[in-house]
Parts: sequence; structure tokens; C-alpha cells
Amino acid sequence: MAKTKVAKPKHKNLGRKKAIAGYIFISPFIIGFLAFMLKPLCESFMMSLSDVKVVGGKGGFVLNFWGLKNFKQAFLVDAEFTRFLTTELTTMLTHVPATIIISFFMALILNQSFKGRTLARAIFFLPVILSSGVLVGLEYNNSLLSGMEEYIKENTNASEITATLQSILSTTGLGSRYLETVYNIVNSLYDVVIASGIQIIIFLSGLQTIPKSMFEAATIEGCTAWEGFWKITLPMVSSVILVNVIYTIVDFFMKSNSQVMTKITDTMVMRLDYGFSAAMAWVYFLAVMLIIGLFSLITSRWVYYYE
Amino acid sequence: MSKKLSQRWSHFLERNKKSGGYLLKKIIMRRLYSIARAILILGLCFLILQPLFNKLSASFMAEKDLYDPTIIVVPRNPTLDNYKIAAYLLDYWRILRNTLGLSLLASFAQVACCTLVGYGFARFKFPLKRLWFACVILVIVVPPQTIMSSLYLNFRFFDIFGIIKAITGSTINLQNSIIPYIMLCMTGMGLKSGLYIFLIRQYFRGVPKELEEAAYVDGCGNFQTFVRIMLPDATPIITSCFLFAFVWQWTDNFYARIFLKGTSLLATELPALPTRLTDYIISLTGSGKASTAYGMAMISTGMVMTIIPLLIIYVIAQKGFVESLSQTGLKM
Repeated sequence: MAKTKVAKPKHKNLGRKKAIAGYIFISPFIIGFLAFMLKPLCESFMMSLSDVKVVGGKGGFVLNFWGLKNFKQAFLVDAEFTRFLTTELTTMLTHVPATIIISFFMALILNQSFKGRTLARAIFFLPVILSSGVLVGLEYNNSLLSGMEEYIKENTNASEITATLQSILSTTGLGSRYLETVYNIVNSLYDVVIASGIQIIIFLSGLQTIPKSMFEAATIEGCTAWEGFWKITLPMVSSVILVNVIYTIVDFFMKSNSQVMTKITDTMVMRLDYGFSAAMAWVYFLAVMLIIGLFSLITSRWVYYYE
Repeated sequence: MSKKLSQRWSHFLERNKKSGGYLLKKIIMRRLYSIARAILILGLCFLILQPLFNKLSASFMAEKDLYDPTIIVVPRNPTLDNYKIAAYLLDYWRILRNTLGLSLLASFAQVACCTLVGYGFARFKFPLKRLWFACVILVIVVPPQTIMSSLYLNFRFFDIFGIIKAITGSTINLQNSIIPYIMLCMTGMGLKSGLYIFLIRQYFRGVPKELEEAAYVDGCGNFQTFVRIMLPDATPIITSCFLFAFVWQWTDNFYARIFLKGTSLLATELPALPTRLTDYIISLTGSGKASTAYGMAMISTGMVMTIIPLLIIYVIAQKGFVESLSQTGLKM
């Protein structure tokens, strides 16, 4: 009895010490979060609800509260914003599943052993470097090569392979609408492969945590590779899939060459319309949050955690 | 030799007969599969590398090669003039130094902060831990545009609780210095910092607790344990995060456009190349305009010049990027 009395406060003390140490370790983040995230977030919310005027010299800026006027402008007056937003959301609906499936597939292949695997991994990961930041924006603007292509086409009567295939297939009378979606997928394959570098790595690390003994046991019991994939691999990486989907969604919305992002930045930097730009940014943010929340709510039920 | 081969062949046929044709079928299937896999991988690798090759070939072309329809990849009049002009227009060596310095400084600050925070989240129990971790997730998810306008104005009229204004009578304009950006990096709010915190935390969670406990028993304090025991152990993930931070910083033009207006960097100068080319041509000949194709070839050249330092780093540290991250066995 006496012994526990002595031991208890000591234990508590250690716990408190640990808690203080923990807070010291994360204190840079807390300062940063409060000063550079929470405060601006509140301020930008206030800005989105008001008319922002920059007062020159010493003062700073002045907010005149005017309710939902900025949001009304975004949705009802501005010609571009709603169009950009809906295009963005519909593109996401096809882009995210395609990225996940392709990167998972590639991770499965790159996880097998074959000659030159290291090189293949290195090349598949290259887009993370080559298509980041300013480079990806310039890539899309680079009309030189497409211009050259057209010039060549005019002069030599040659045509693209895809276009030729397209014309052959559509004359055979197959369902043209389905073919149309297939063409779109093939055409956007580049974008998808370029965007899936990090996802492949995350999937690879997930695949490598599956114990080999599981597959051995299953093979001895007469399990084929196909069954093994559905019954072992997929459940074991389901948590990784969830993380990857969320990462892909965030990455898709955050890439700086998206039309909505460009519009928000331009409104702020060029036109100095801080209120309107804040309102658009908030609409965008809420849309992203809504999609991520809905998705994780629906899928978290199927995620299997192996301990 | 041939005798040996025929012996092996007959041996194989015998084995195949015994298995009822299964062996041959299996081998053929395996070969077919690896051929299909090789084709797929080669195709996708080509898809990824092709834009890079295009840029490289365009950057070596003389201007007349660009309009010649019979020239597709290999330039007929290979020249280094594009590089010379681009280097002159960009003031390449100066902004390369700027970019290198900033990227090193920023990514170092970022990784130092994220390692501390990630370790704190992985190894200590403290009240409100879940709330703070939710804040990390929030940092990952909030588009920088949402807070940017407010941050921008905050740094334009910088003040700490009104103290500076009380002393000097006016706020400080930090817009054209790199101080605000380094401040953001040091407090875990830089470019993709949330992601690094998350990755490092996942890594530290996988390190066995016994290591630390042994250190505590031997009389190490919290901070000493971290520096002496945990940091050396976490080298792979820290290296990966540092490389990511460096590369993404190198190509970032979003934060740079807002916070680093006074500093000329590769990422912010690159898009202006065609305009500069036109100005340059006008200044030489007094009139005329650079054609779009030539401007685009110039951009390709500039992009190659931006990418090459990154490629060199990538080739050297390829293991740090790919293998270490996939072999750390991050548990999500």
C-alpha cells in the first residue's frame, strides 16, 4: 500500500515531464500554426466578407464589412469562376481514379524482380522532379512542338497514329461514344503517369510491408496469384490506398497551374482585389474539404488495418 | 557442346512428359509475361522521358532548323547559341547562385523544423495531441491561396503585437526580403511542410521503443536521446525529405512570386524568357520580333538549364529519393 503511494506521484511526474518535452518539440509548429496559418485563415475569412482597401504608408489595410457580396460576385457575376470550378471538379472525378489505378499497377510491377528494376524505378520517379512548380506550367504552354507537328502535317500529308486509328475505328461502326472516352483516356495518359510518381513510391512501401510468409502459406493452400491479389494484397494495402487517394486529391487541387488557382493568384497579385480573391479561395477550400471528407467517410469502413 | 545441349533438351522433354505438358506451358507463360512487362515498362519510360528529349533536341537547334519540316529530332545545324543567349538573358550564373542559396537555406530550415515536430508527435504523449495533429493535416489540406492574401498583407505591414509600431512609429515592410519566407520555413509552414511532418512522424513511429528506453535508462535526457540515438537512425527519411524540399523549392514559383519579389530566381525568371528575347532582338536590330517558335525554343533551353542541376542531384542521390523512401516501410 505504502509502496504504490510512493510510486504513483513519481509516475505522474514523468508523464508531465514527457508532456512538456513533447510540447517543446512541437512548439515551432504551434507558433507557426497560430501566427502563419490560423491568423491568416481567420483574416482571409473576414476579407472574403468585406471590401478590402489598402491604405498606403503606415496604416495597413481596412476592412468594410459587406456580407456575402464577394461570394455573390464569384458565383453570379464573374463569368469564369464557376466554369473553372466545375471543370476542375469533373476532371478530378476521372483523374484521381485513373492515377490511383495506374500507380498501383505500376507499383505491383516495379515490386517484382526483373533486370533494370532500379533504373525503371528511377525513371518512373523522375516526373516528381520534372513536373513540379514552374516547369509543369511551361510544359503546357510549350506550343512549339505541336506547332511543328501541324506544320509537318500540312506539308507532308501525314497524320498522327491516333487520328488514323480513330478514323479507322469510327468507320467500322463500333459504338462511337464509348470509343470517344477511350481516346480521351489514352490522350490523358501522359498527365496521369506524370502525376503518379509519389503515389508509386507510397504504394511500393506499402507492398513491402506485407509479410512474404502470407503469400507462401496461401500458395501452399492452393491459392493462385489472382486470388492472392484480391484476398491478400488488396486488403493489406487498403490503408495505403486511402492515404494515396487523399494525397492525389490534394495534389490535384494544389497544383499551381490549375485554372482556379491561377485566377485566385492573379486577382490578388495583379488586380489587388483581396476580398474577391479570398472569397474564391474559401469556396475552393471548402469544396476540397467536402470532397476529401465525403471520400474518407465512405471508404474508411473498408480499410483494413493489420496489426 | 552440342551433345551437352541435346542431352539437356532430352532431359527437359522427359521432365515435361512427366509433368503432362505443364512445365513447357508454365515456361512459355512466364516468358510471355516478362516480354509483355518489358514492353509496357519501356513504353511508359519513353512516355516520361520523351518531353525531356524534345526539349534537349530543340535547345540544340539553330533557328532555321525550327521551321524545317524535314528535321524532327536531330538538328541539322547543331549549335550552342541558344544556351549562350539564354544564359545571357537570364543572367544565369547569378540567379543560379541565388536559387541554390535560397533552396539550401529554405530546405534546411524546413527539414530541421519538421524533424523536431515529427519526433514530438511520434514519441511523446501530451494533452491535445490529436488536436494539434489535426492541425498538421489542416496545413496539408488548406490551399496556400486561401491564406496567401492575408499573409501577403501581414508581411507588407509586419508587426509583432503592435510592438514595432509603438517603437518606430510605423510597421516594417518585409515584402522584398527573404526573412518572411525563412520564418515560414522555420515554423513548419513552408512549401509542403505538412507533408514532411507527416512522413517523418510515420517513420519515427516505426522505430523500436526499446532503443530510446535504453538511452533513458543510461541517463540520456529527452533532447540528448533525440540527437544521439534517434537522429542517426532517421538519416534515410531525413535525406529523402531534404531532397524533396530542395527540388520542390528549386522549381517553385508560387511562393517565390509572392514573398521573394526582390530576389531573382530561376523559377520566376524562366517564364519571362520570350519577352526578353524580343527586347534583345529589338535592341540589336532596332526592330522586329522574335518568332513564337524561337521563343519557345528559348524556353526549352531555359528549362533544360533549370533541370540539369536537379538531374545531376537526382542521379547522385537516386537511392535517397526512391529506394530509401520505399524501403523505410512507412506505415500509413
